[in-house]
Amino acid sequence: MSEIRLKIDGKEVTVEAGKTILDAARKAGIDIPTVCHHEKLESFGGCRLCTVEAESGGRTNLVAACIYPAANDLVVWTRSPQIDKIRKVLTEQLLAYAPESEVLKAIAEDYHADKDRFPKEPSFCILCGLCVRYCAEVKKKNVVGFLDRGPCREINFIPELAAVECWDCKECFPLCPTSALQAAFVLTEALISLSPSLQKIDTRAKTASA
Amino acid sequence: MDTTNISAIIDKYNGEASALIQILLDIQNDLHWLPREALELVSERLGVPMSRIQHTATFYKAFSLVPKGRHEINVCVGTACHVRGANRVLEVVQNITGIQPGETDADLKFSLETVNCLGCCALGPVMEIDEQHLGKLAPAMAADLLKGYQ
Repeated sequence: MSEIRLKIDGKEVTVEAGKTILDAARKAGIDIPTVCHHEKLESFGGCRLCTVEAESGGRTNLVAACIYPAANDLVVWTRSPQIDKIRKVLTEQLLAYAPESEVLKAIAEDYHADKDRFPKEPSFCILCGLCVRYCAEVKKKNVVGFLDRGPCREINFIPELAAVECWDCKECFPLCPTSALQAAFVLTEALISLSPSLQKIDTRAKTASA
Repeated sequence: MDTTNISAIIDKYNGEASALIQILLDIQNDLHWLPREALELVSERLGVPMSRIQHTATFYKAFSLVPKGRHEINVCVGTACHVRGANRVLEVVQNITGIQPGETDADLKFSLETVNCLGCCALGPVMEIDEQHLGKLAPAMAADLLKGYQ
């Protein structure tokens, strides 16, 4: 039972047990768009752009390919009018938060997504968790984490740890799919909160811009 | 800060990382908030990173990272209570305690929150003080009840 055979877009694919649909598709050379996926990291299933149709036991479900385990006799379709529409709307929503993201713009082009469909709310963070997971899983430093929940959710560097750990690392910066500087911005904010003299400059800048 | 109580709470759960939420709840009940020193101690003893504790502590509404009063007042403003006059009850509570929802008064006596349902709509308007449900309130009654708290 170590080998699993499934069908993706009509193609027979064989993968080891424990792999996901996304792994199987990539192995077969079938492209599924992803934003929150990274080979070195545990799957997160946050962006849902990898949504595919998985058919088993006569039922078709929409599942996130990056977290759905490949199973025998599974029939997967990675493109259909319904999936294309889901990816289009998701991309449009993500673009409202990160209008300048190159990754998202490329996906938008593939799926004819209108980048101006939703009013802009540029937080420049789509909460993909790449920086959070990279810091926890690869670097094992746990400097950056999530804060709050729902619409208030954001990423946050722990100032005391950041002051020690981040200076020589900054490996999370290039991971960011929205704009490489978002993690840098949040990190700077965290470091400013540590230093009273910088705080003065920060408030002055804020009052000047207001 | 006296950390013996917090240590005792952590010991009660054998310092198991999976008991994080339960430990935080116990600390919250004990101190009415989660002080930074307490979270640092929990992080160290359980081996759970601070970022994870911060995530958990900000995720659940039961936790507070700022000091709360000795008595926590939750006034229900859900639909059933709303139509039965929850707003007038809330107004009286605000006047007596001198605080708005989400605030705590200066001598840490009361914290005030509004909630959307306490699950006993037949008793509306309802408020909850220190987990005790007070139902079928009239504004004057709420005022009398509040005077009984020290």
